[in-house]
Amino acid sequence: MKWQSVDTRKGTRCRVLEGGSGAPLVFFHSAGGLLADNPFLDRLAQGYHVFAPEWPGYGDSTGEDLLEDMLDFALHGWDLIDALGLRRPHVVGHSMGGMIAAEMACLAPRDLGKLVLAAPAGLWDDAHPIPDIFALLPFQLAEVLFHDPQRGQGLLTGGADLADIEALKEFYLASQRRLAQAGKILFPIPNRRLSKRLYRLEAESLLVWGVSDRLIIPAYAKRWQALVPNARVETIDGAGHMLPYEQPEAFSKVVQAFLG
Amino acid sequence: MKFTWFNLMPWPYLPDQFREKHRSVWVDIPNTLYDPRKGHHVYHTYLDQLEYADALGFDGIGCNEHHQNGYGLMPSPNIIAATLTRRTSRAAICVIGNSIAGYNPPIRVAEEFAMLDVMSGGRLIAGFPVGTPMDTNFCYGQIPALTRDKYREAHDMIMKAWASDEPFAFDGKYNQLRWVNCWPKPIQKPHPPIYIPGGGSIETWDFCLDHDYNYSYLSFFGYLRGKSLLDGYWERVARRGKDESPYRAAFAQIICVADTDAEAEKLYAEHCLYFFNRCLHIFPPFADPAGYRTMATVKYGALSQLTQARQKILENLTWKQLIDERFVIAGSPETVRQQLEECIKGLRIGHLFCLFHNGDMPDWKTRHSSRLFAEKVMPRLRDMWPEWKHDDRWWMHPMDERIRPEERRPGAEKAREEWPR
Repeated sequence: MKWQSVDTRKGTRCRVLEGGSGAPLVFFHSAGGLLADNPFLDRLAQGYHVFAPEWPGYGDSTGEDLLEDMLDFALHGWDLIDALGLRRPHVVGHSMGGMIAAEMACLAPRDLGKLVLAAPAGLWDDAHPIPDIFALLPFQLAEVLFHDPQRGQGLLTGGADLADIEALKEFYLASQRRLAQAGKILFPIPNRRLSKRLYRLEAESLLVWGVSDRLIIPAYAKRWQALVPNARVETIDGAGHMLPYEQPEAFSKVVQAFLG
Repeated sequence: MKFTWFNLMPWPYLPDQFREKHRSVWVDIPNTLYDPRKGHHVYHTYLDQLEYADALGFDGIGCNEHHQNGYGLMPSPNIIAATLTRRTSRAAICVIGNSIAGYNPPIRVAEEFAMLDVMSGGRLIAGFPVGTPMDTNFCYGQIPALTRDKYREAHDMIMKAWASDEPFAFDGKYNQLRWVNCWPKPIQKPHPPIYIPGGGSIETWDFCLDHDYNYSYLSFFGYLRGKSLLDGYWERVARRGKDESPYRAAFAQIICVADTDAEAEKLYAEHCLYFFNRCLHIFPPFADPAGYRTMATVKYGALSQLTQARQKILENLTWKQLIDERFVIAGSPETVRQQLEECIKGLRIGHLFCLFHNGDMPDWKTRHSSRLFAEKVMPRLRDMWPEWKHDDRWWMHPMDERIRPEERRPGAEKAREEWPR
């Protein structure tokens, strides 16, 4: 996989991790951004031409001030696909990326291939309030996100030594910038009324959930299914909310089996 | 020099071991700790104190807005201020202020502040804070990264509403109103003095200087720690080519006066420690949601702002530390005068927000301290800025012919014959 950079017509500049060959597949990352190690993308690249853009406000991608609300985010997704010159790609979205992917598919239901939503955000159930990710202590984050929080902590920091004050500072600044941007569609409650629009989905859809997801618990899969009647549901053992990173092999296998 | 008597209105019944038992005094404090029957008593004690401060000769009396907060019982400071317009007649009423990014629509603030200015005869000082992240983001649900943009829009609507003599349409990003028509309008023209309470963000300094508003640094950590921040502000003032009037700036300071230094410790130490140990116990993530501070400010302050460090300081505070670091200025009238002179000169401030009621301090101690200050300290600090004596740009301009509420008991009527012309 290699990095490239694309400019959208709106004026953002986005870094995109690209690799593989086959049918085009776009992966939209979660609120925490693309982690340093993402072996699931390498695996997917064995069967597809994979594009994993970083959202404005993440990594080297800029233009975050141009995106303020859900519609801006969803149209940006399509702008990116246009800028990359793709036609009817499969769209895979994780968590916040799943929320955006679903919104995109409601706006332009015939412009994508198949749709994969991995533990997507975007719905709210009063019976299962989602923990407030904007009000967590640093060590609490891994506990909420991973089946194995200790290993998860390492995945989150990408091996950076946070005892080093400069590394800590850099990590803190980048994470503040990412979550500031994510807050525009996730704060204070990650629900921008997607449920009213999901009836428009036409793409064949798969919902994938980690069995030990403590952020958006697997009960949410049922809610999604009620709103997207034809969606298939797969669950993955030994994985929490960060299922693509925690179980890359199982995750890519499930996705490949669905996309064909 | 102007002195404003400020009450945060803390809840005085927070339990012992509050820090150990609860994670935060703010946002998710268990509301079972609040007892409305005791609350009735607490409100009236605090309101009496504000009225007493007016009688003692303080220039202003002040209140502010906090939500879901164990040290602030004023989700609506305007309700507090409204009662003060009736039972005081002299002091400025400083509402510092309304967190305007959280009001929908913000015209409500233009209306309520106008009501207060009219009811008080032009004694309102209007504060427009961005609002703490606890209040504005976590309690009132505003998106952190958009809070400042929404704040600026709300400010523009309010100021235009006060200035305009005709209805106008406001097509904002966050607020659309087809008919903005402020009614009533404030007495003070072009508008009541505007104070912007802020921390250390450069954007706030420029905002104050763009509009010539007062910049108020409301810290609880004393003038020694406030110095570098105010120095930054004054550098900015100089760089922008503005005059150096000390009335451009205000500072909040906890003050305790007794007959002697030893007596001050005996009377006030436990209550100040209650304030620092219990009232400032805030779950750190509530104080710093991503996006609330601009990236420029985050980079400027970076890790020094990480609030866990601040929470550590609060864990084992002693009276000696409070005094040595000047979080609290306490002692005999002479000690307090000396230290305040250093504070006022050092920070170059024309307005001091004086915090006399602290934590769970009982009424009599609060009054004792306030009275000693008013009689023995305040007169000797009055003339700190003789060369700016006539600068009233940041102070109220009330009507001369103000009226007092009349007795309306049956048989005691003094009915007014006609409406004034």
